[in-house]
Amino acid sequence: MNDALIADRWQFGFTIMFHYLFPVLTMGLGVLIAGLKTVQLLRGDERYGALARFWAKLFAITFGMGVVTGIPMEFQFGTNWARFSHFAGGVVGQTLFMEGVFAFFAESSFLGLFLFGERRVRPVIHWLSAVMVALGAVVSGFFIIATDAWMQHPVAYEMVNGRAELTSLWGLLTNPYALWQFPHAISGSIITASMVMAGVGAYYLLSRKFEDAGRLSVKVGVISGLAFSLISLFPTGAMNGENVTKYQPIKMAAMEGLFRTQEGAPIAIIGMPDTERRELMDPIYLPRVLSFLAYGDFRAKVVGLDDYPADLHPPIELVYYAYHIMVGLGTMFIAVMAMAAFLLWRGTLYTSRWFLWILMLAIPFPYIANEAGWAVAEVGRQPWIVYGLQRTADATSTNVSGGMTWFTLLGFMGMYSVLGLLYLFVAARIIDTGPDGGLQH
Amino acid sequence: MINTLWFLVLTGMLAGYAVLDGFDLGVGILHLVLGGDTKDRETAINAIGPVWSGNEVWLLAAGGSMVAAFPHLYAAAFSGFYLALMIVLWLLILRGVAIELRHQVDNPLWRDGWDVTFCFASALLAVLFGAAVGNVLRGVPFDAEGNFQGSFALILNPFALLCGVLSLVALALHGAAYLAMKTEGLLQRRARRAILPLWGGTIALLAAVTAASFVVQPDFTANFARWPLLALIPILGLTAAAAIPPFCRRGRDTAAFLASGALIVSVLGSAAAGLYPRLLPGLPGSAIPALDIYNSASSTRSMTIALGVYLFGMTIVIVYLVNVYRVWRGKVSGGYHL
Repeated sequence: MNDALIADRWQFGFTIMFHYLFPVLTMGLGVLIAGLKTVQLLRGDERYGALARFWAKLFAITFGMGVVTGIPMEFQFGTNWARFSHFAGGVVGQTLFMEGVFAFFAESSFLGLFLFGERRVRPVIHWLSAVMVALGAVVSGFFIIATDAWMQHPVAYEMVNGRAELTSLWGLLTNPYALWQFPHAISGSIITASMVMAGVGAYYLLSRKFEDAGRLSVKVGVISGLAFSLISLFPTGAMNGENVTKYQPIKMAAMEGLFRTQEGAPIAIIGMPDTERRELMDPIYLPRVLSFLAYGDFRAKVVGLDDYPADLHPPIELVYYAYHIMVGLGTMFIAVMAMAAFLLWRGTLYTSRWFLWILMLAIPFPYIANEAGWAVAEVGRQPWIVYGLQRTADATSTNVSGGMTWFTLLGFMGMYSVLGLLYLFVAARIIDTGPDGGLQH
Repeated sequence: MINTLWFLVLTGMLAGYAVLDGFDLGVGILHLVLGGDTKDRETAINAIGPVWSGNEVWLLAAGGSMVAAFPHLYAAAFSGFYLALMIVLWLLILRGVAIELRHQVDNPLWRDGWDVTFCFASALLAVLFGAAVGNVLRGVPFDAEGNFQGSFALILNPFALLCGVLSLVALALHGAAYLAMKTEGLLQRRARRAILPLWGGTIALLAAVTAASFVVQPDFTANFARWPLLALIPILGLTAAAAIPPFCRRGRDTAAFLASGALIVSVLGSAAAGLYPRLLPGLPGSAIPALDIYNSASSTRSMTIALGVYLFGMTIVIVYLVNVYRVWRGKVSGGYHL
């Protein structure tokens, strides 16, 4: 592999993973804020309005970070992946452009209205602006995932002069791969927002300040956190897995560490892939479960990595570990949220300090689970950038050298380190200042 | 036909970006000078607070439409101007962070630091965008595959730098006109006073750039000779430019702002009219004469689908942009409600 390819991949990987830390919160938080505004409007309960205003402050700063770190993503398709843009621009340009026109305009325009316009417009318009912000964020996510889904499973295209051209917009937007990838990503995002909300609420209760806001945040976070951690497993996670089995069996084999094709394939709960000896080290298996998950049949044949030439294998260990981290954390979220919901129902959650500690310390983990899930999706697609059509190695810019990209990658790393620190500093201040009126106990 | 329509769409998107993000870049360039004390500087920033990020979306949407309609242009131009674009990215990040963070901590040093950052990033972005237009007009050295490497020695040529300075002064004028329209009192008087010198500078630089463009791109007038009606674009711009000082003297601030917007559209429109059907011309000695609307385009079918999406999407965007701007119409009052 030449130097430039590695540099381009590191730069894209680093900048996209840093970028996603922000939209993963805003997509979910937008939905939760719209929910709070709806309760306020329906019940006339001003506490929900005050809570929505408080979370909107965190939303605003996170959205700002998402915008500024998002622009480099679109730019890099041209700067570092020129042959990809040249090859696939006629298709992926459509969805990138639709993201800007349909979603992003709405989100940024209505966010201004929501944040600064509460006294200028009627309550129902203010509610509507919250809904538009949430809708803009989610639809924005859809167009980006439709772009990625096309790279995972190209549909609705024809090859013209060696380039992919779009044949049907409807086909592109209803890509069967996107149909489960999108709800799975959104539910992961809502889990993140729910756990941040519950975690910050738990912090308020533990430190005995803003306790009204704390209780309300914990309640909303736990209820939606339980619902969406279940939805992440079924149907969205399970169906997404079926799509991977159907369209990218090599990725599925790498995710599960399955080297040899087997009938009645087992699933490994733990174990370390040994790519030299072509087997899992010290595995703990659940017999036949993988066959069932992939095909709904305990005896079905699942194809292993060794049935494919080695140059079509993704980096097996990375995909395997990332997948197991995502699934392991997802399972723990269900357990934690179910326990929290049980305590909430018993009426003891707000005073169970040991459990509030768990909720507070859980905040980073949904971020890790989401990033790990995307690592499975993107690293697992290698060596392809567009599955079966264009290899990643053939997608780079020929006129940008590795050294240039290493230089700009270092620049991004430095700048993003500062941005990350500033974000945490400001977010901590917002949380410390707490909500206004009505909730200031 | 569809290729020409996309040429118009792309020009329109970039002109829309220049006019809209132009005024908040202009406010960024000027706010330290015009908003002497803290309160006025605050007002100047608040005048763009709710709209700047929406304005920046035009750049993203223009980029997206370029990928969809002219993928090879996007690939060649963005990889060719690699380092310059990375600097643009970093400045866009700095600028966004500055305006978002300045309100977060109530400390004069914190605010001043971000305000200086905001001014620096806005000014340098204005120069770089102008220089980018200059380089597009002047052309680049293509190889046989339609790629090039834009070294700094190539990019920082005198013509591009002149265009950069024009952009800096013209956007400052646009920003001053915006502030005169949106503010009251001392800040408004200062903004009005700044308009006339900035206007003079813009006209002088525009004359210089126009003269120089005949040297760097001798066939620039061919399209105007072929379709004389195109001359309406620069004439409209000159009329708008001539109207700015009288509007300003009579205190018709909104009209002056619209005129400076029309001037920007006309300058970019004239440049596009001169380039057509080229998108990025080659310098003398290039392996190909230019990337144009045919050799860099996606298939007719892709472009037709994208045009449908575009017309539908932009209709919606215009409807709610009009509504959102209506909420913010009138003078800026108070601060952020955060």
